[in-house]
Amino acid sequence: MASSAASPTHAHAASHASEQSGLWSWLTTVDHKRIGILYLYTALFYLLVGGLEATLIRTQLAKPNLSIVSAEFYNQLFTMHGTTMVFLVIMPLSAAFFNYLIPLQIGARDVAFPRLNAFSYWVYALGGLFITLPIFWGLAPNGGWFGYAPLSGPTYSGGYNMDFWVIGLQVLGISSLAAAFNFITTIINMRAPGMTLMRMPMFTWMSFVVQFLVILAFPVITAALFFLQFDRFFGTHFYEVAAGGDPLLWQHLFWVFGHPEVYILILPAFGLVSEVLPTHSRKPLFGYNVMVYSGAMIGFLGFGVWAHHMFSVGMGPVADSIFSLATMLIGIPTGVKIFNWIATMYGGSLRFPTSMKFAIGLIAMFTIGGISGVMHSSPPSDLQQTDTYFIVAHFHYVLYGGAMMGIFAGIYHYFPKMTGRLMSETLGSWQFWLNFIGLNLTFFPMHFSGMLGMPRRIYTYDAGQGWDLFNMMSTVGTYMLLVAGLIFAYNFFRSKKHGEVAGSDPWGAPTLEWSIPSPPPEYNFAQIPEVTSRYPMWDLKAPDRTAGIEHSHPDAEVIAEAHAVPVHEETERGTAKELGIPIPFSTIKPFLVALGIIILFSGLIVLHLGNFPLAMATMLGGGAFMVGSLYAWLTSPLE
Amino acid sequence: MSNDRAHADHVHEHPTWKQYKWVALWLFVITVVEVWAYYVPAFVASRAFVPALLLMSAVKFTVVVMFYMHLKYDHAIFRKLFTGPLLIAGATLVAFLFLLKR
Amino acid sequence: MTTATAAAGAHEAHEHTHYTSTGLDNKKIAIWAFIGSECMLFGSLISTYLVYKGRSVAGPFPHEAWTSPTGQVFKPILDIPVTSASTFVLLMSSLFMVLALAAVENKGKPGYEGTLGSSRFWLFATALAGATFLGFQAYEFTSFVHEGLTIRTNLFGSSFFTLTGFHGTHVAVGVLWLMTLLFIDMKRGLGPKDAILVDICALYWHFVDVVWIVIFTLVYLIQ
Repeated sequence: MASSAASPTHAHAASHASEQSGLWSWLTTVDHKRIGILYLYTALFYLLVGGLEATLIRTQLAKPNLSIVSAEFYNQLFTMHGTTMVFLVIMPLSAAFFNYLIPLQIGARDVAFPRLNAFSYWVYALGGLFITLPIFWGLAPNGGWFGYAPLSGPTYSGGYNMDFWVIGLQVLGISSLAAAFNFITTIINMRAPGMTLMRMPMFTWMSFVVQFLVILAFPVITAALFFLQFDRFFGTHFYEVAAGGDPLLWQHLFWVFGHPEVYILILPAFGLVSEVLPTHSRKPLFGYNVMVYSGAMIGFLGFGVWAHHMFSVGMGPVADSIFSLATMLIGIPTGVKIFNWIATMYGGSLRFPTSMKFAIGLIAMFTIGGISGVMHSSPPSDLQQTDTYFIVAHFHYVLYGGAMMGIFAGIYHYFPKMTGRLMSETLGSWQFWLNFIGLNLTFFPMHFSGMLGMPRRIYTYDAGQGWDLFNMMSTVGTYMLLVAGLIFAYNFFRSKKHGEVAGSDPWGAPTLEWSIPSPPPEYNFAQIPEVTSRYPMWDLKAPDRTAGIEHSHPDAEVIAEAHAVPVHEETERGTAKELGIPIPFSTIKPFLVALGIIILFSGLIVLHLGNFPLAMATMLGGGAFMVGSLYAWLTSPLE
Repeated sequence: MSNDRAHADHVHEHPTWKQYKWVALWLFVITVVEVWAYYVPAFVASRAFVPALLLMSAVKFTVVVMFYMHLKYDHAIFRKLFTGPLLIAGATLVAFLFLLKR
Repeated sequence: MTTATAAAGAHEAHEHTHYTSTGLDNKKIAIWAFIGSECMLFGSLISTYLVYKGRSVAGPFPHEAWTSPTGQVFKPILDIPVTSASTFVLLMSSLFMVLALAAVENKGKPGYEGTLGSSRFWLFATALAGATFLGFQAYEFTSFVHEGLTIRTNLFGSSFFTLTGFHGTHVAVGVLWLMTLLFIDMKRGLGPKDAILVDICALYWHFVDVVWIVIFTLVYLIQ
């Protein structure tokens, strides 16, 4: 049996480990943990890219009338900064956690469709390159991250720049949608016995809501992008006013997607905070049920507020009022979460490792961002604020101060689980404070320059309008953030090799992922645990904390059917083969299908270049390659 | 959720052959009526035309979803997975008609 | 079902019926989530069509005749009799699909073979009906182009061809799926164990049919 395989299997495990390294093993992996790590590294790379874009922007705006970059290149910079941060950084960082964490939190061995999971990553990786590389030729998208048509259409954006944007986004959408179907199925169907929906960890709950937002919002932007693609490549008239088209169609379609998108960006970070806070308060999350319902409410209501991005287009008082009211309403469940987090800490036995600092930082910074958000929810008020730096301040507080801080909290919290080592707390503290001061120094002054009328998306400005000092402050803050980022990178890579060794549960946390070794074995759980409450590990290690929450008795029938065992701290290190656990085969096919898709879409660029035969060949070739690889994938067994 | 495991959802009720063929017949009949209505100019011009046609297609839609797609007989989770998005799609469509229709 | 102790549980892990939280197959949950997502996609396409109805600056138009500034006369472009026929074909294909699934589910059960017809027959019938529908669409599209309506002619052309083209593409994918199942059935046979594969294809197929029910009413019948 497995317990007798102590030192003899060490050599075994080592040889297995070497099979698991090397480029080919990464290209063919279908293990959710490795895919999560791929997402993490790729997204952190793009964080650097987006950060450099921001640094260039802020350098250009440090003083009035600088010419560090041209106006045209400036357009590419802010477009790519936004596009990169939204689609290539925050969403994939959240995906890194969805991938790594969800199966571990629900007591599963992998996601529902492991190969589809790998496919999602490769589509993102290739799509990210597709949309990012053009900047090196000065051809980066330049129509804003929201690509308003008709400006982004063939008449006013006749070059190739917006082609890359339209196609790139379409491709990235495929990645997110595929992953969403995967996680919805996984969460509904692969929870360990005894884990009811209302016993799931909060991160998994928030992720569950997010997946529904993805499957409902992305199709809308898919349609909008198809219309724009058809206008650009095939001469249709969807966004052409002269033909009778509505200049607002794009905006409505985009924001029906765009607003749920911002909740997609923030809810995972909220989930991570809800993991970190109780752990380091040594107290259960306050009001778990309400936290679940408010998360679901935010998701649902998020579909009814989109036109608050359009208060200045002239929709009329009725539409303005309805969307204004809905927007104010959505502040309520969000506020409830803030209060519940504070209540979680109140009376708790608090510790402040870096993850906790970032988690509390999110609460504070998101509140500031939320307040400016409520200010925008009033149309007359927004009429002054819209298209000024006041809005830029708002969304950076919620996205950097909110989403990024939550993600950093998650990284510090889960780094030991992923690598078996702790990140340096000293460096972490430096990073946190530099981040905290830097972000406030960068973005708080924008409230003022915005109120004083500084418009968005201008490449320079004249002196003497009262904006100079604020801009200089923002630029200095940006450089601080860059340093903070470098410290983080150093901490991350150094700790991987030299960090203090962490056991399976360095933080004394309550949920299932902390019951297995760090890093977890390939199969996650040697034996599927049976869950009897919301905080299985605290039931085991600190039962006095969970005395007040509901518990159930083990269900013998279910246990027999699932071959489950009581929750325990796993130390099993045997290989899957030794334990007789079937593992899905590694395969290159998901990568190939992703490649086929990119080639197919690239054909459209070739079409615009004017070479019709080559374009057709590329599209047909890419399509055939994609279909062929897909058939190979679908007809080969999973495990 | 933990207690309502459907051990085999084909143990649940099934539409019978008769029901499947009745569904097909109704689909056929309603479509005939719809097309016939199209050719009655007086009806087309009346205010009842659009609501009547919407109602008829809604009935066809429901009948295919409930019986052919088995939604009436399957586990409740599928009803939730379908009606939620359907309602949001419908509400968004109606909102678009109000916001963009001139 | 054994009453194996936990320690021996790992050895049992080889069996292929995995435990699930709901007792349902992963693929069925995924396909319904996908169908929900498709509601939003077609909802957006249909919304756009409806919003743009009547806003084309120039003809041809769907339900009214139009004379161009150069004097060319266009009759109403939509052909209701032809499209009604294709609609019937698609509706009947849903019945065939249901019968195909039932044939697979009940294969080998005493008394079923013969009364139901074989799964191969019904899969073929469904695919044929779908292909016929596509044939009608192809005929419709090409005759529209001959009559002066292309995707770039006007707003109606753009939104019409895009909406029905997306739907047609979905039908085509469905036909390919059906033919693949048919091929597998002919090669190794499809039995009750494979019912889930036919089931998810059926759900996709019925949904595509249901979208057409909406499109036929909103685009063709309502003026």
